[in-house]
Amino acid sequence: MSDITSQSLTSLVKNIKEKKLSSEEITKAFVDRSEKSKELNSYITEDFSNAIDKSKKFDEKPNLDLKLPGIPMAVKDLFCTKDIRTTAGSKILENFVPTYESTVTQNIWNEGAILLGKLNCDEFAMGSSNETSFYGNVQNPIDRGLVPGGSSGGSAAAVSGQLTPITIGTDTGGSIRQPASFTGTVGLKPTYGSCSRYGIVAFASSLDQAGPMSQNVEDCALLQEVISTYDNKDSTSIDFNRGQYSKDLTKDIKGKKIGIPKEYRVEGMPKEIEELWKKGIEYAKDCGAEIIDISLPNTSYALPTYYIVAPAEASSNLARYDGVKYGFRAKGENLIDMYEKTRSEGFGAEVQRRIMIGTYVLSSGYYDAYYLKAQKVRKLIKNDFDEAYKKVDAILTPSTPSSAFKIGEKKNDPVSMYLNDIFTVPVNLAGLPAISIPAGLDAAGYPLGLQIIGKAFQEQEILNLAYAMEDKINFKNKITDWWIK
Amino acid sequence: MSIDLKTIKHISKLSRISVDEQKAEKLAGDLNSIFKFIEKLNELNTDKVEPLTSVAETTLKFRSDEVKNQNIREQIIKNSPEDNEDFFVVPKVVE
Repeated sequence: MSDITSQSLTSLVKNIKEKKLSSEEITKAFVDRSEKSKELNSYITEDFSNAIDKSKKFDEKPNLDLKLPGIPMAVKDLFCTKDIRTTAGSKILENFVPTYESTVTQNIWNEGAILLGKLNCDEFAMGSSNETSFYGNVQNPIDRGLVPGGSSGGSAAAVSGQLTPITIGTDTGGSIRQPASFTGTVGLKPTYGSCSRYGIVAFASSLDQAGPMSQNVEDCALLQEVISTYDNKDSTSIDFNRGQYSKDLTKDIKGKKIGIPKEYRVEGMPKEIEELWKKGIEYAKDCGAEIIDISLPNTSYALPTYYIVAPAEASSNLARYDGVKYGFRAKGENLIDMYEKTRSEGFGAEVQRRIMIGTYVLSSGYYDAYYLKAQKVRKLIKNDFDEAYKKVDAILTPSTPSSAFKIGEKKNDPVSMYLNDIFTVPVNLAGLPAISIPAGLDAAGYPLGLQIIGKAFQEQEILNLAYAMEDKINFKNKITDWWIK
Repeated sequence: MSIDLKTIKHISKLSRISVDEQKAEKLAGDLNSIFKFIEKLNELNTDKVEPLTSVAETTLKFRSDEVKNQNIREQIIKNSPEDNEDFFVVPKVVE
């Protein structure tokens, strides 16, 4: 393992600023390791030679005042990158080359970072295992034949396997936190409205948020500070006082009140998860936090609500893929036939399934029974959190109901696949920030994560809690480089 | 409630996604298991609940309604599967 690629983002930035390492040395190290890691299938599109050119340019005239000076970074292939192909993991966007840049990636390049390439993900971010990608499944660096989680599976594998120092994903129902948990990495889903959605391929607009995925909490805070900006190009972007997340990071969480929701003790949850949660509670106490039992009574309705709201929004968002303006087009006998064949051949099975669910719940005669009902239950779920936050500062839960599973294991059973997101989905429905941090290993040596959910706009609070707990947990990932020959 | 093949055909029309018999049967099975799971919501009485329309309790910002000519015609049609330099081209719609 190279001594460059094993460093945290914070340490690489420090080394560049102290001129101990050049951008070119760092970029070449990550390119080299990425080249040797094809078996993970993390990348959909590589931009390695451009990255090295840009790093040389950076070194000629380095601006060391930037937050990410000359740092190479690969990003999820859901962010539009100007002149670099952006597929969203779909055949329908196989040849799509954006003519504009997403706000979040623009913020990253403005701070001096350099694009390495675009990372694999479930098609249109619909999936929990990265198996719905048109570009093939991703291998989890933890073990051969194991899913990295999804939908930001390529991103999680790339951070865990050290192909990029840090990355960004998107999270609609757990797509940052679940893969972070499966790969022993840190993932933050910010408050809805914190990071601009401009230039992110849309899935479910009232739930989608971009966020950092990293090796540790300090790196996560630094990247969140860079990507979270108010943006008038996203009408739901919120103009609030954003903190200096990395500067204000502290391990002093004495007296913070942490809620433990009894409804997250779900039936059939493995004993290891229950044990991990108990350990997490002890760690929080050791840090001086106060533990308070709370109730989120409508938790069990969150997943059924999500599987109405998210497909409904998706069916509407994905109506734009019609084979006319951009993307794949199939031949048809007439206009309607062309639309129908384009969408049938261009979208994969899971995306078609969700479009159909969404179309059905919005269709005449079913709207009230499904969509309106779900929006009402969504209100109840949000009310649960509002009520809980009168008593506590944050909530601690497991991130996922199990560790990473085998490739193919759940592929043919959509409902069992959806159950993966049982602990993460309520957070999106309520628009709250939440972070997953690695907290232990199961019997097979696979990572398990804990989730800390915060109040809206209180990213600093959950980053601090995660930072303090990370120190106590002292997690070590077991990466053997099995995929490098 | 169960979703039959006729309903699948109807949804496929609305979604503009063509499905053959084999795919329709697979979809009917999948959708039935998903809706069985979704119907858990009927346990809840929501008669007096206001639907949630936005998680953010802030009002959206207004911006002025301005016409901006950015001269980006070329960029807009750059990714189209078929165009004649000025317009998107589609199969003939009027006889």
